[in-house]
Amino acid sequence: MVRLPYLIALSTLFSYGLLFAFGQMRDFFRKLIDWSKSTSEDLKGYAPICLGLEDFYTRRLYLRIQACPIDCFSRPIASAPDAWFDVVERYSNDNNKTLHRTSNTTKCLNLGSYNYLGFAAADEYCTPRVIESLKKYSPSTCSARIDGGTTNLHTELEELVARFVGKPDAILFGMGYVTNSAIIPALLGNGGLIISDSLNHNSIVNGARGSSASVRVFQHNSPSHLEEVLREQIAEGQPRTHRPWKKIIVIVEGIYSMEGELCKLPEIIAVCKKYKAYTYLDEAHSIGAVGKSGRGVCELLGVDTDDVDIMMGTFTKSFGSCGGYIAASKEIIQYLKHTCAAHLYATSMSPPAVQQVISAIKVILGEDGSSRGAQKLARVRENSNFFRSELQKMGFEVLGDNDSPVMPIMLYNPAKIPAFSRECLRQEVAVVTVAFPATPLLLARARICISSSHSREDLMKGLEVISNVGDLVGIKYFPAEPPKCVEQDEKVL
Amino acid sequence: MAAAVISMTTAALDWVSVVFDAPLARAVVFGVHIDGHLVVEVLLIAVILFQLTRKSYKPPKKPLTEKEIDDLCEEWVPESLHPPITEEMKVEPPTLESAAGPHTVIDGKKVVNFASANYLGLIGNDKIIDSCVASLEKYGVGSCGPRGFYGTIDVHLDCETRIAKFMGTPDSILYSYGISTIFSVIPAFCKKGDIIVADEGVHWGVQNGLYLSRSTVVYFKHNDMTSLEGTLEKLTRGNRQAEKIRRYIVVEALYQNSGQVAPLNEIMRLKEKYRFRVILEESHSFGVLGNTGRGLAEHYGVSIEKIDIITAGMGNALATDGGFCIGSARVVDHQRLSSSGYVFSASLPPYLASAAVAAVNYLEDNPTVLTTLRSNVSLLWKGLSDIPGLTIASDPSSPLVFLKLKKSTSSSKCDLELLNKIAEKALREDSVFVVSTKRSVLDKCHLPVGIRLFVSAGHTVSDIKKVSDSLRRVAALVLAEHI
Repeated sequence: MVRLPYLIALSTLFSYGLLFAFGQMRDFFRKLIDWSKSTSEDLKGYAPICLGLEDFYTRRLYLRIQACPIDCFSRPIASAPDAWFDVVERYSNDNNKTLHRTSNTTKCLNLGSYNYLGFAAADEYCTPRVIESLKKYSPSTCSARIDGGTTNLHTELEELVARFVGKPDAILFGMGYVTNSAIIPALLGNGGLIISDSLNHNSIVNGARGSSASVRVFQHNSPSHLEEVLREQIAEGQPRTHRPWKKIIVIVEGIYSMEGELCKLPEIIAVCKKYKAYTYLDEAHSIGAVGKSGRGVCELLGVDTDDVDIMMGTFTKSFGSCGGYIAASKEIIQYLKHTCAAHLYATSMSPPAVQQVISAIKVILGEDGSSRGAQKLARVRENSNFFRSELQKMGFEVLGDNDSPVMPIMLYNPAKIPAFSRECLRQEVAVVTVAFPATPLLLARARICISSSHSREDLMKGLEVISNVGDLVGIKYFPAEPPKCVEQDEKVL
Repeated sequence: MAAAVISMTTAALDWVSVVFDAPLARAVVFGVHIDGHLVVEVLLIAVILFQLTRKSYKPPKKPLTEKEIDDLCEEWVPESLHPPITEEMKVEPPTLESAAGPHTVIDGKKVVNFASANYLGLIGNDKIIDSCVASLEKYGVGSCGPRGFYGTIDVHLDCETRIAKFMGTPDSILYSYGISTIFSVIPAFCKKGDIIVADEGVHWGVQNGLYLSRSTVVYFKHNDMTSLEGTLEKLTRGNRQAEKIRRYIVVEALYQNSGQVAPLNEIMRLKEKYRFRVILEESHSFGVLGNTGRGLAEHYGVSIEKIDIITAGMGNALATDGGFCIGSARVVDHQRLSSSGYVFSASLPPYLASAAVAAVNYLEDNPTVLTTLRSNVSLLWKGLSDIPGLTIASDPSSPLVFLKLKKSTSSSKCDLELLNKIAEKALREDSVFVVSTKRSVLDKCHLPVGIRLFVSAGHTVSDIKKVSDSLRRVAALVLAEHI
């Protein structure tokens, strides 16, 4: 959990309050000006398409954060998202309402893309095979899986994923977001209960809302609170009628992408088993990135995969492709293949993307005949641990557990968000800054994603730049550890 | 007797008047005359206050004890995660061993493929494959991030500009998956309290979007303009509140569930009369309808600015994946921050974006491919016109040809069994690949089931003859007892 000092909380609240007040004043003046101008005949009788408060955040806060030649969100790139990439320079003529691309690019160190095992760029084993499958199967099948969209590649990948993850069977989808949104309604309906972690990803929230089951939230990563909620809910039953719940599913994530911390999986599984609830584990960020052989959070924490009922994951992060999967028992997968809307109606996963995942898994398992997979896994673990410990030594407030390749650095103040981002870009390091609504209002942060394709020099350069910018912006909230030369002096004395 | 009563009443009245004339009753307190009835009223108020201050009797609330909760938890038995597996759930779809073009290979045999929505025949097109290869070598496969965090690659921006230029709108926004486009766009614009009038035959993606938006949804009869007019009239008549809330009509240009084409000119007339906004789902009509493939607006000669929001999936005519949405600049900009499928999901793989650009270029340079497609469709109509037991239910201009049973059995489950038998026999015996409607239990659409054929510009005359002959033969066999 983040420890927020009072002084910083007050100053952050004050900054947001000021921005809010200015925003409201400008809105007020805008209303006056609009009222004096007459509205056009065409729009008479129509309520405005974007109502006042909804895009207040967009108009007043987001644009101010962008208000500088080098802005923070949606930066386009002109090369593969590898360890170093080309960020396109943009300029704006109208105070950042619209941004125009130039053809100039700057080569920057990439600390923002989800490229944990370095498969993002062209790879010597994967890319030739992908191009071959592209020529054979073409970019799309134009058909749903259940119609004419299943090719050999899809069946091969499903078996491979099931074997890799450690479950009897698996089913594929073309997009990770749709996997959650379409599977959860297929598993539960009216009369079911979903208990989800308070910091779960938007796709899980959407899937839970799309099913007509009831949803309850438990405190982030707290098995004791989960137990309380379970006891209360089972004893009370469904709202109003008090009938017993049909089934209860607890949804947690392997690595939480905004916190960088691992889920307390063994304790949560124990609680779920005791109360006969089903578990659903979303390993979007942890599959392929943690664990001795890359098999995810279950391997790292020593949990038997039979204890987790449904394991979900995506191929976007560690495998450098797109799409998602669900791995579970044979019966559940058969049922899902018959019911799940994404399997019946959505275009099947693009065959070259399927081949990329097949090749990437083969590299990780060492079945391509080399030890590159094991090297990549070891390197991403070393890099993450090194980077995190160095940042903590410098005095930054870094979240996340050891071994997790995602590390957020706390910024808090809204003015520091664009300052940090732009300064880093000026010194050729690309970082990602996240603010409300992806994080709580007061807890804005910069999020670093480490990859196995970062070399030691890359990391040193990144650390140097972040340290300089951190001093400039003032985010070293903790005292830095004294440097080693002090010990040397003592020895000499 | 009467005298006694009279005397008693007079005595009572005297007593009452004495009380009223009592000295206390004539007191003057602070210059205010106090009459007798004030005493009674004060007493009454005192009694009421006394009653109010008394606590009312509530039966005591007894929360469950720990032991009782333990017992309840022990007793509770959840249902299984999946219902019992039936035979039909075990059926696997056929596996393709080559590209899903007009001819494909299933189980080692060459098969004529009418199951892929490859309308322009772009699967296997060399130019598209070359641009994909160049993209793969430069950018790799995935984009490794959402659009806001370095997942915006210059090919995405090129693709958005190209599509906007092709359709004639100021801007467009690209989504990473076809089906997620519509169910992200609708909740971005429609919130709780808005009114949406939708066709009852819309596909699952639209239904999910309508459900997630939490707006009030009213369905009208499939493709029936009188029903639509009646619904709009009912919703707006005498309802002054209706002016202040946002109102939308959601229709598909070419319905996946029936092959019908929405009459856009009628819809525009109704929209302008009742002041509703239109959201048009063009997944199967983009690149197909209209003289140059610009969709339903071109087909009916309606100017594109009049339609508020158009969404389309690119997994059909453009033979790639992903989706896009076009509209005015305000509409597109709003989605960049509030559309969940855009903000919280990884962006489209760059090679698919370059495939989309190449496909749009091809369509613009070769508009004759549409004439080939249309002649194939009319040829197929001729061939299927005399099939025993089956009738064509789709629009003559639709390349998605929908055959339904002339005489339906009692339940759609039995209908589906017969249709599955036809499709399976056609594949096994005549090497012709057609598909029946697949409906999920979560789908709310109740339109009749049927057999779908996706006609492509890459099909030859002999392919079309083969499929018509095959269906005629198989339908006669399977539906013999049924007719």
